[in-house]
Amino acid sequence: MNDQPFFSALQKIYPKDRLLTQGVQLLAYESDALTSFQAKPTAVVIPETQEEAIETVRLCHQFGVPFVARGSGTSLSGGSLPIKDGIVIALNRLNHIKKLDPDQRIAVVEPGVVNLHISQAADRYNLYYAPDPSSQPVCTIGGNVAFNSGGAHCLKYGMTSNHILGLKVVLADGEVVEFGSESLEGVGVGPDLIGLFVGSEGLFGIALEITVRLLPKPELYRTVLAAYNDLETAGNAVAMVVASGLLPGAMEIMDRLAIKAAESGVDAGYPENAAALLIVELEGEAEQVETEFEEIMEVIKESGAYEVRVAKDAEQRLKIWKGRKGAFSSVGRLSPDYIVQDGVVPRSHLGKALAEIDRLSQEYGLDVANVFHAGDGNLHPLILFNGREPGALEHAEELAGKILKMCVDLGGSITGEHGVGMEKRRYMPAMFSEVDLETMKAIRRQIDPKEISNRGKMFPGGEAPALKMTGMHPLEAQGIISRE
Amino acid sequence: MSLQPTTLEELQEMITANRSLLPVGGGTKPALSAAANGATRLDMSHLSGLIEYEPGEYTFTAYAGTPVRDIVAALAEHGQYLPFDPPLVERGATLGGVVAANTAGSGRYRYGGVRDFIIGVRFVDGRSQLVRGGGKVVKNAAGFDLPKFMVGSAGRFGAFVDLSFKVFPEPRAYVTLKAVFPGLGPALGAISSLFTAPNEMDVLDLEPLADGRFSLIARLGGLSSALPGRIERLQSFLYAKTEAVSHEVIQAEADAALWQQVNAFAWVEDGLSLVKVPISPKRIPLLENVVHGLAPRRRYTAGGNIAWLAVSDIDSLDAVLNTVNLPGVVLFGPPGRPFIGPRPGVSLARRVKQALDPSGKFLEI
Repeated sequence: MNDQPFFSALQKIYPKDRLLTQGVQLLAYESDALTSFQAKPTAVVIPETQEEAIETVRLCHQFGVPFVARGSGTSLSGGSLPIKDGIVIALNRLNHIKKLDPDQRIAVVEPGVVNLHISQAADRYNLYYAPDPSSQPVCTIGGNVAFNSGGAHCLKYGMTSNHILGLKVVLADGEVVEFGSESLEGVGVGPDLIGLFVGSEGLFGIALEITVRLLPKPELYRTVLAAYNDLETAGNAVAMVVASGLLPGAMEIMDRLAIKAAESGVDAGYPENAAALLIVELEGEAEQVETEFEEIMEVIKESGAYEVRVAKDAEQRLKIWKGRKGAFSSVGRLSPDYIVQDGVVPRSHLGKALAEIDRLSQEYGLDVANVFHAGDGNLHPLILFNGREPGALEHAEELAGKILKMCVDLGGSITGEHGVGMEKRRYMPAMFSEVDLETMKAIRRQIDPKEISNRGKMFPGGEAPALKMTGMHPLEAQGIISRE
Repeated sequence: MSLQPTTLEELQEMITANRSLLPVGGGTKPALSAAANGATRLDMSHLSGLIEYEPGEYTFTAYAGTPVRDIVAALAEHGQYLPFDPPLVERGATLGGVVAANTAGSGRYRYGGVRDFIIGVRFVDGRSQLVRGGGKVVKNAAGFDLPKFMVGSAGRFGAFVDLSFKVFPEPRAYVTLKAVFPGLGPALGAISSLFTAPNEMDVLDLEPLADGRFSLIARLGGLSSALPGRIERLQSFLYAKTEAVSHEVIQAEADAALWQQVNAFAWVEDGLSLVKVPISPKRIPLLENVVHGLAPRRRYTAGGNIAWLAVSDIDSLDAVLNTVNLPGVVLFGPPGRPFIGPRPGVSLARRVKQALDPSGKFLEI
């Protein structure tokens, strides 16, 4: 390809400091939080206005140059991995909160706005933005939209898609389309285009303006930590809570290895010698929560926990969550490398799934730590290995693949919230038929006829860069981001 | 003309052999389901029944032609419900029709609409192919979210075979509080005060009264022992922080009867068309200004986020909606043109149509 006319056109849009082409400048963009994949883009552009981003996409379409939109690069599935011979459109400077309207409980933001910054801006009105991926202090809302990000508190109010009311997007061929509204009803008339766009992993284009709904901050939290002598009993406790008809805001489980990691990492002060910990959190209007709390304590007492703690104040609550949210980066202290998967199983099969993971762990001779969103059956097995040993990564990948196939066999999904990205492309046929996948591709081609927008992601096949494992993401090693 | 498939294979054959098809369920929303301009009805009522329901999972899968009434009954046996509160249940609305029309009732205020609970779909597209999107578990990020896309799709992209949903435990008891405000401004002021207050409500409806006043109707659901305190607190809030002039509390059978009537759109007089308009609370005064002559009866649900307008003249409403830039969908009324007002994003919808139904087996979007 003769890139010269394309680059000349880019130079007309961007000054030198926002059009990066030198090797050392590009280094930071070579991979995202899935560090085992790396690819060098030919250039990185940093638009400061929506018009610049639109113009860039139009040029890419005109010249057939693939692009990847990128926020903070925290994707766990390689979703923001660059494309060789393509460009990266870094959206971090499109980071304005354009509107925050407490009377209607909405905010209109640009894609480079950091997730947590929305809640911080809304705090003075007693509102917050609900989806809370563990990387929320750094991940951007544009990436959340592309991958329909989840978090620990999705049980009651859903994932990112359930909180997006309106979008302005530039499609891969340069058309700018707006849909949805400031209404809680979102699109409301005609097919739900927001539903289609959110979670499309960047394959349709780039979200430039995002209207999100805000929620009133819960008046009261009641956070319970229960310790169990084995993982299965903890899993059964989840089933008992679900069966009780109460609707907690979050239900999380950590196993022995994950607890050990959390203790060494953040000194969470969890009960000693627990084989499994269950965190249940109720949230909402005070009087309702207090009444629910009495009921849930009865359930937990019956569930076989050998120790039950209740957070007495906000500080104790945060400490419980700190251990949970930091568990992944803490695992890095136990092992030089690890892979995290996020398959989903029906909740009633949690016990069976955990037993099978344990069996596979022994068969492969690899430790697996489990930290997961038990309330919605979203597993997060962390497969520990040493990337310096030849073949170790491939061995661990094989185990990860077996776990994903088990999730599908049990009636679940290969991903609950991290997305397919680069990492799980080859497992899509386990979940979808050829017709299903062809249909998705047909939709994609209608919107992106040259397949330039995040080319190579989600669908099986295509070129993949060689796997390489070099330890944790630098931000992760510092505990700034974490894999949930 | 009407076709009535009884199996998946028959459905595929009928789509191959015909065109201008309009999939129809219970026909409770005639503006969307009655055939016009030579369209052929694809009566889905024989593809009916609950396929899978595991109470412990809080999910179910049912054929698209299943009456919602049956699903509501099956869920109720286990203390579960459809939190988006689909309307027209007693009149015979089907699950597929609820998804295609995107109808959610007053109860959608608390946890969201149809889009927030659908998790999977299987449909036959215009190429007669059986396509699946989503899955059967409550959380799933694999592939394009076709189940959500199908919400509101009005049968333009294919015929649903079956649909999967997540559900929630139903509140064990309800109480309704109806407060009267001297005008629209004070009523909207109360909504915005409630939006940042800790009080949790399952329903927050706004109803214009004949004398120019407005009533705000809140329904609270939860554990019975906490309800008296919560309703008292809401009452105190309304008198302390808003301009409420009077109120009444509606409980037990009266509460159930009230919401059954709302669910049936009993307030819409025979012969009037019913139009749904997504709106934001701040735009209600603008709409009220232009529609009060056209739509003598109106109701706003979801805290002033959805307008339901009962009108006699769809053409005039179409013109008015275009001037205020609000899209609408007709549920009751003459068939043939369900979408009125502006059509934001329709170019994107047409691209998807091109992929799923390139030869136009189903009606134009």
